[in-house]
Amino acid sequence: MPARHYKITIVANRCKECELCINICPKKILAKGDEYNAKGFRFTRVTRPEDCIGCRLCEHICPDFAIFVEPSEKPEEVIAR
Amino acid sequence: MAVAKRPIIHPVDKYLRTERLPHVWCPGCGIGITLHAFMRAVKELEDEGRIDSSKILFVSGIGCTGRAAGYVNFDGAHTPHGRAIPYAMGAKLARPDLIPVVFSGDGDLVGIGGNHFIHAARRNMDVLVILVNNMIYALTGGQVAPTTPKGTYTTTTPFGNPDRPINAVKIAAAAGANYIARWAVTHPELLKNSIKKALPMEGFRLIEVVSICPEIFGRHIGFRAPIELYRRLQKVVKIRGKISPFEATYDWEKEIILGEFQVRNEPGYTRVLMEAFKHG
Repeated sequence: MPARHYKITIVANRCKECELCINICPKKILAKGDEYNAKGFRFTRVTRPEDCIGCRLCEHICPDFAIFVEPSEKPEEVIAR
Repeated sequence: MAVAKRPIIHPVDKYLRTERLPHVWCPGCGIGITLHAFMRAVKELEDEGRIDSSKILFVSGIGCTGRAAGYVNFDGAHTPHGRAIPYAMGAKLARPDLIPVVFSGDGDLVGIGGNHFIHAARRNMDVLVILVNNMIYALTGGQVAPTTPKGTYTTTTPFGNPDRPINAVKIAAAAGANYIARWAVTHPELLKNSIKKALPMEGFRLIEVVSICPEIFGRHIGFRAPIELYRRLQKVVKIRGKISPFEATYDWEKEIILGEFQVRNEPGYTRVLMEAFKHG
């Protein structure tokens, strides 16, 4: 079975730093970033995209429509504004 | 007036007025999780060709949850306090092809609008009611709500809430609703499946969503972060299958029963009225 990879997109300007996704991730691959978005929140970043298992818990728990996971060719993190 | 650019990034952005995001709700608020589950249910139903999302009428009342009508890309209304259900009823009777959805809070639907709630359920009115229960009047600063658990500290009950909370599931069951379920934001996927099942049905459908309010409710009772309140809710909720709605306890200290409590297929009010007109 080929290794499956996921693309994690973070909509930076919608993130409100509630940290629900960081705490809910079973692989603990999300972390609070160092950059600030337009509203002054330090948005979530992906530390190890290659470890994502695609459970989409972060996507379903995000109250701000700020993160989503899609299957892709290679593991990657995309920051959308 | 120049129209603001509407960026489409997220899979459910089609149903959102994204130019108005980020929304007004506090970090970690459960209303966003519920709205997201609703959007995913609508998206899946539309992809399967079972509903037309342009027919959805999205009505909300006053309160934190009432703000939802401003962020969705459906036709809708932000109605006076407690009057979301009557508005949806009127719209459905004038235009029977619409799919009314009432998305409102506990203070709006079972507090000030409690009587409308009971009588819409009694008439089996064709409306899907999503009751986001955050256990407090959050928008106005944390006053005690009818759903606030007994003994909880709020702005207006500094010695603990002396009243017993209301159980919306039992009220809807006593009044005779077609579909009754209770879910929590700790189970967003089950909530989505429930909304997906209830949206194309007819009659009065109630989905109560036990939500989290980390900023106004959780912070005053000692939970410093949204995730702490979330973990506390995870401990207290229990999913039970095939039990009567009258056994669905709502107790913040012991257990909050989640599940689907009643699924019936009795004729909705619109159909009953149409039949009556046809013969009369």
